[in-house]
Amino acid sequence: MITFEHVTFTYPDAPQPALADVDFAVDEGDFFLVVGETGSGKSTLLRAVNGLVPHFTGGTLLGRVTVDGISTVTPPRELADRVGVVGQNPTASFVTDTVEDELAYAMENLGIAPDVMRRRVEDVLDLLGIAALRRRTLGTLSSGEAQRVAIGSVLTSSPRVLVLDEPTSALDPGAAEDVLAILTRLVDDLGLTVLLAEHRLERVVQYASRIALVGADQRVRVGAPVEMMVDAPVAPPVVALGRLAGWSPMPLSVRDARRAARPLRDRLALITPPTRTAAARGDTIARLAGVASHYGPTEVLHGIDLSIARGEIVAVMGRNGAGKSTLLRLLSGLTRPTSGRVTVGGEIPHSLPAGALVRKVGLVPSDPGALLYERTIESECSVADHEHKLAAGTTRATLERIEAGLDPHRHPRDLSEGQRLALALAVVLAPAPPLILLDEPTRGLDYDAKARLSVILHELAASGHAVVLATHDVELVAETAARGIVIADGEIVSDGAARDVVCHSPVFAPQVAKILAPEQWLTVAEVSAALAS
Amino acid sequence: MRPRSLHPLAWWIWALALATAALRTTNPLLLGLIVGVAWIVVAARRPQAPWARTFGSFVRFGCVIIVVRVLLQVLFGDRLPGHVLFTLPHVDLPSWAAGVTLGGPVTAESLVVAFNQGLQLATLIACVGAANSLASPYRLLRAIPSVLYELGVVVTVALSFAPQTVVAAAGIRDARRLRGRPHRGLRGLRGMAVPVLEGALERSLDLAASMDSRGYGRHGDVPAHQRRAGQMTTLLGAFAIVVGVFGVLDGGAPFVLGFPTLAAGAVLLVASLRAAKSGAIRSSYRPDVWRIPEWVTVAAGVCALVALVLAAHVGVPGLNPPYSPLEFPTLPLLPVVGVLGAAIPAFATPPLPVELA
Repeated sequence: MITFEHVTFTYPDAPQPALADVDFAVDEGDFFLVVGETGSGKSTLLRAVNGLVPHFTGGTLLGRVTVDGISTVTPPRELADRVGVVGQNPTASFVTDTVEDELAYAMENLGIAPDVMRRRVEDVLDLLGIAALRRRTLGTLSSGEAQRVAIGSVLTSSPRVLVLDEPTSALDPGAAEDVLAILTRLVDDLGLTVLLAEHRLERVVQYASRIALVGADQRVRVGAPVEMMVDAPVAPPVVALGRLAGWSPMPLSVRDARRAARPLRDRLALITPPTRTAAARGDTIARLAGVASHYGPTEVLHGIDLSIARGEIVAVMGRNGAGKSTLLRLLSGLTRPTSGRVTVGGEIPHSLPAGALVRKVGLVPSDPGALLYERTIESECSVADHEHKLAAGTTRATLERIEAGLDPHRHPRDLSEGQRLALALAVVLAPAPPLILLDEPTRGLDYDAKARLSVILHELAASGHAVVLATHDVELVAETAARGIVIADGEIVSDGAARDVVCHSPVFAPQVAKILAPEQWLTVAEVSAALAS
Repeated sequence: MRPRSLHPLAWWIWALALATAALRTTNPLLLGLIVGVAWIVVAARRPQAPWARTFGSFVRFGCVIIVVRVLLQVLFGDRLPGHVLFTLPHVDLPSWAAGVTLGGPVTAESLVVAFNQGLQLATLIACVGAANSLASPYRLLRAIPSVLYELGVVVTVALSFAPQTVVAAAGIRDARRLRGRPHRGLRGLRGMAVPVLEGALERSLDLAASMDSRGYGRHGDVPAHQRRAGQMTTLLGAFAIVVGVFGVLDGGAPFVLGFPTLAAGAVLLVASLRAAKSGAIRSSYRPDVWRIPEWVTVAAGVCALVALVLAAHVGVPGLNPPYSPLEFPTLPLLPVVGVLGAAIPAFATPPLPVELA
């Protein structure tokens, strides 16, 4: 269905190619998963399928990409009836303003007859379970709904190939399951070919029929998931556990792993999982008392009572739109509560001047790049020193501690997601605020970068910072948090030891916990340490 | 009536008729009534969408215009004789600035005139704002003839630009506060301009890529030179119509620029659109229908316009209240009835679907 014939692609002015001699074919009806480390060229590979690379990026493409026999020498619009592309950020791709119009947009461009259009819109509304949204304005959709509408908007032109770039990265676990269920259904029932890139392999790897691994040398290796996962540099926890226990064939789903894990469970039943306590639980640094917050006319949070102590790592979980980000905004002084009282270090954050606020609390937003302005890492660091009246070199030293060996002359935009996060974190940490907040820190991070982040967070907690994470990433919670909070319907529904909170929830349980239930183990590292002792 | 959205063109005709009516009077009570009518209709039929929240901003902008107009009058305006309220120090200007006065006595009469003129402009802006809030720009975009559809990409990107930039600017403002940088006032604004524009450019590219991936701009089998010729004829026709309208409205223009140009433009436009239709491959999903409520809406707007034109023609007193001597303006019956008629769409049009209401 899709063939890459010795494709080498170089971005304009780039010293090295982003894809080197890529040669593989995707068969009809494949659920084809593209994996690789951050910045390895996954997005470039996907965008080459319908010709967005090189038509929208410039650069030179050697070799040939064909879809259904048609070469991508023609611009993307001529392939619109064959390939549907859903980008990383669905809301950025919306052209019209209501769901129904958005679904019809591609068909209008293709000149499909009105009665056929009408029928197909209805079909797609049913297929994706979004009939109730048909007249909604696109701006009012939740991210899960927006993702489904984005998929629908390319499905209506009945393409044979669907290309998706990280379709679940912004979604909570429940919404991600919904989207993936739809994709598998499209492959199984309609024979569609799906090509998908994803960092969170634990969510998708069990559905894949083939895997393409984009390596550090920009070459692509293709194979069956079970074989590829034996030694791939990126692996979900289930595979990591399989490698530790030496299971063969490699299980890819929790179900397969549970079958293989019986002996392991028996061994672990004799050992109690380590208790995870706050590294140095100190005095309370932040307190919310009876806090309510509104966004426009809607109440996002109400009756929130919470206190956070130094040395704690607190994970805040919940559905998209449950109020996680609002909680962080309240703590960081960006939003003032409609009622109740927020204090951080004895002060009311939203009434502090900006210069004083950075010494009390630091927030890294979900797009860390928003915090960076300068043209080089070096000037970013020196400007931060200057602004906060710190000794020259403080921010650089902080950055070295988090991510050593970055070329100080690089532009922050050219860094990988993980490196950019490290730089933003360094800038926020330099004035040494006792409270650090991170909003969705693992978006776009591969497993390596995530492991490093988790080490950094543990160090911060050990040195007396309080860390609050708002995240969908249950594996990150399993790796780092000592305390878990779940927000639903504007209220805190559970607050306790992270181990209890996540293990008792079918939605928020990490893979290792699901495999080893009823024993409460959270990560492969814990299991590995227990087996070694 | 079955809930549905009204044809966007109907709202625009209604609003433009109301705006033209406002040009015929400087009576502040009548102008206030026009704004009130626009307000009532917007409140009743405005859908739940980002672009529909702009009416308030338009009205606020109108208020700024009134204030500026009055201030300018105080500083520079010509001096109508009458009741002196206060006197500003008079500045003697050099001879090349003859005709401009700076300072001097400020009379109640001149302020009233300035206020009325400012209010007239503000009313015009409020009417445009009403159309903006009532009619979906996206659906109006679909009414652009396909031969000009390349303009569409620019318009679509521009449409998404403003709301997305507002969102992005809020994010960047937050980020500046998080870094302890000035996020308010002029210094804050300067630091924000570059990141906001950078982000907007990136999103515009994303949007263009998404449009292209979904088949936007497919041409079918029409050769390029023929397409260009079609576009040129359409634009020429539209231009001729605009010139023609000015010619008709402006009594002093040569006759050729009036009805002959208007007719020629109309012929050109219709011919080129008809030719384009045969070659276009675009189709239209659930096109907006034009039924009785649309006619009622248009008629309601035109009724206000006709009432004012008629009143001006027969010389109904009170359209332009005299300022010497100053009098409290009266409400003439015929224009009031006409303007109130323009409020009919507030209840005579189909209600919005629940999701949009």
